[in-house]
Amino acid sequence: MGRYVARRLLQMIPVFFGTTFLIFFAVFTLPGDPVRALFGDRRPPQEVIDAIREKYGLDDPFIVQYGKYMSNLFQGDFGVTLQGRDVLDVLSEAWPISIKLAVAAFAIEVIIGIVAGVLAGLRRGSFIDNLVLVSTTIVVSLPIFVIGFTVALLIGLPLARNGILPSSGVGGGWRSYVLPGFVLASVSLAYLARLTRSSLSENLRSDYVRTATAKGLPRSRVVIRHTLRNSLIPVVTLLGVDLGVLMGGAIVTESIFNIPGIGRTIFQGIQNQEGSLVVGITTVLVLIYLFATLLVDVLYALLDPRIRYD
Amino acid sequence: MTDYRATQERDRGQAPGAVSPAPGTGGTDASAVTPGVTTYPAAIAGGEVGGRPSSLASDAWADLRRKPLFWLSASFILLMAVVAIRPQLFTGQDPYECDLLNSVKRPSSGHWFGYDIQGCDYYTRVIYGARPSISIGILVTIMSVIIALVLGALAGYYGGWVDTLVSRSADIFLGIPFLLGAIVFLNAFERRGVWVVALALTVLGWMTLARLMRSSVIQARDMDYVSAARALGASDTRILVRHILPNAVTPLIVYATVTIGIIISAEATLSFLNVGLQLPSISWGLQIQDAQFRFESDPHLLLFPSLFLSLTVLSFMVLGDVVRDAFDPKLR
Repeated sequence: MGRYVARRLLQMIPVFFGTTFLIFFAVFTLPGDPVRALFGDRRPPQEVIDAIREKYGLDDPFIVQYGKYMSNLFQGDFGVTLQGRDVLDVLSEAWPISIKLAVAAFAIEVIIGIVAGVLAGLRRGSFIDNLVLVSTTIVVSLPIFVIGFTVALLIGLPLARNGILPSSGVGGGWRSYVLPGFVLASVSLAYLARLTRSSLSENLRSDYVRTATAKGLPRSRVVIRHTLRNSLIPVVTLLGVDLGVLMGGAIVTESIFNIPGIGRTIFQGIQNQEGSLVVGITTVLVLIYLFATLLVDVLYALLDPRIRYD
Repeated sequence: MTDYRATQERDRGQAPGAVSPAPGTGGTDASAVTPGVTTYPAAIAGGEVGGRPSSLASDAWADLRRKPLFWLSASFILLMAVVAIRPQLFTGQDPYECDLLNSVKRPSSGHWFGYDIQGCDYYTRVIYGARPSISIGILVTIMSVIIALVLGALAGYYGGWVDTLVSRSADIFLGIPFLLGAIVFLNAFERRGVWVVALALTVLGWMTLARLMRSSVIQARDMDYVSAARALGASDTRILVRHILPNAVTPLIVYATVTIGIIISAEATLSFLNVGLQLPSISWGLQIQDAQFRFESDPHLLLFPSLFLSLTVLSFMVLGDVVRDAFDPKLR
């Protein structure tokens, strides 16, 4: 196991550099000129442009820019935005909000997803099973912004009118995160329910379940202690992949519900051609993503002794 | 988002296409050492094979034929394909012929979908919106399938450094969250047409298909019929093209169907975020973007493009699902 983790960590290094290089390439070889974007319609004097280009190293060859950026990054310097703010400052302001949103989404996803999956998996072919199948297929097929608008329009507005839940922003404490969390969770929730369902109903036919039933154990114990614990193992792998989906979904969800988190920050950064902001956030996201994938793979082996990596 | 299905496929343990079909009929020029292989393409095309409906593909077809969901999704896709190819068949109007006097008029008997903000007939706009969405979905899928076929087959068959190179490159691209990467890449282009969007989505989306192909080639590589062909002196190219590919390609095709749906959805999301197609292109994503701030006053502007978009994506997903189930011997 230790050797496996070490090997994975080593493999992560080229992947990390490759991925950040790609992002850096896409961001900093933009045809658009960030300095001009900074001044909008007005044309600044050439000296000002030169000074700014000099300050941000925009005239260096691409590979030099990348090298400089990376070496600064490892010293904890994420660079400054074109407005002169420290990228880490911007990040530390947006993180807590996005993390709250992600936690809300994750909780909703796990609770509803697993319950729906278990109900469907226990009675294949029943009404609940079909309901879960149909609704998850629909949710998976709907683009997340369509789900977002549907929820905001059909559920958010009436609730906001009655003062139950705020329909946008983060001014209302934890209540502000309920609807966006629900939207953000929707797609993953559907996949989770389906995976739980198929995994559970497959395991219900296995020998150890028959043995447990034959021993005279009550059904609740057979299902919860024996079947469910085994069925949730593949679910763990899904949760790791989820993180990437949550990141992508956050961009859309935070835009729709007007939440000043990482997703909206990075999207605005991209649109304003804030290169260092975009690369900074993306680098952090990529790191999280890589470590989460590793964690899931390790967890998978720990939970299921049949899986051995070495 | 694309990763999920791959996870599921992996968790099933066994790719559906990797199971070798029953012995072939020898009706074509089948050599004795390649049972099943030669009948396979024929079986996909025709269903029944020489009166012996025992191959995987003909079983799958027999299974599919009885499924209403298959017919529903397939016919909706066919309908949308016709709409995308010849929108003129469905509307007599020019989508660019607009009259501001008609701005945001509600649906009426003459104009079922009402008018948009510029006063264009909304039904016509929605109909013409099918082409860019569906072409991007299909273009990206075709390009990704080609990349996946080549890279996946080489990596799976030869292993070694080829495999390392392909797998690590896939890892690098998978390290970028799909939507985030697409926004960053597309924002680099000032003019974004169908091809630019399609290329960006292909660059970021080929990995799942390539991994799928690689694993099913690895499974097919160790089959007895491959050893038999090699013992008879077949070259690597011949083994790969004639023996392995036909047996390994099914999961790829099935997942490609789902991919079309995912890509159409991604294109709409990108256009909605203003980094996909641009005006004056007509696209469902752009229409929804246009309508987003008026959803309280004019919900019909949001409803119709969303409906068409969702139904199209849904159809591709459902079709992929039923076809996969039909080809998965474990579910029989």
